[in-house]
Amino acid sequence: MNIAVVRFPGSNCDDDAFHVVGRVMGQPVRFAWHKESSLGDAEAVVLPGGFSYGDYLRAGAMAANSPIMGAVKAFAEKGGPVLAICNGYQIACEAGLLDGALTRNASLHFECRDVHLCVEGKPTPFTRAIPAGRILRVPIAHAEGRFVHGNVEQLEKEGRVIFRYVDPTGGQTDAANPNGSMANIAGTCNARGNVVGLMPHPERASEPVLGSDDGKMLFASLLAEMGRRV
Amino acid sequence: MKAKVYVTLKSGVLDPQGQAVARALGRLGFAEVKDARIGKYIEMSIADDVKDIDSHLKQMCERLLANTVIEEYRYEIVK
Repeated sequence: MNIAVVRFPGSNCDDDAFHVVGRVMGQPVRFAWHKESSLGDAEAVVLPGGFSYGDYLRAGAMAANSPIMGAVKAFAEKGGPVLAICNGYQIACEAGLLDGALTRNASLHFECRDVHLCVEGKPTPFTRAIPAGRILRVPIAHAEGRFVHGNVEQLEKEGRVIFRYVDPTGGQTDAANPNGSMANIAGTCNARGNVVGLMPHPERASEPVLGSDDGKMLFASLLAEMGRRV
Repeated sequence: MKAKVYVTLKSGVLDPQGQAVARALGRLGFAEVKDARIGKYIEMSIADDVKDIDSHLKQMCERLLANTVIEEYRYEIVK
């Protein structure tokens, strides 16, 4: 399947995402530059991490208004799968693809370490193949990742909390929450479930040599999903 | 003319930066500081002949300058 990795000025996990999709998963992949207005024949889109537009104004705010995001919104509205990672998650929230906002970490520190995530919520293209309750170990690297939402209860009721920070045994504790996110939320999806965003970096944990390949499950799930759909 | 836009966090949204600044002021001996909130100030030079500057400024704030999920804004027009 063709996968487009969107590249903004200041993206810095674009090559990592490209590598995982192309080399690790063996799929055709291409970069889509922020000034492009079409995604071509892409069947899935990755919004990668980084510091698009230098995080000017707010993380993701400038990128959310770039030309390519018009195409990404149209793609998402048609049900196309979109995975928004870290800065990509901030961009997706700023663009209105996902609800909520990512704000300065409660610790005020740039948090850069492995975390544990519990997979839950409604089935999405990126998590359908992952058993519910499965704990993933993947790294985070962000200063603005504290998830804020006006109605977390509603989000939970709709099954749109997809990833939660937990301890290695699955406990939802304050100590396992690296940034002060509401209800330990690490990732969410849109109402339809085809757009998934998360602050942690699955693409940085997709090969055993990197210490964990748990992140690969998101990409494997997407491939299984597309196979199922064809 | 000039437009001055103030973007601040909504009350109830945690502001760890503001808390750190309030604590630092306390350490400097300003015991009277109970709380501090950090915001943004944006000053723009605007063409004088704009007709609908009020509604334009509102749109600028809603669409880019503020994230209304967590922030509120106000603006002043200085002729």
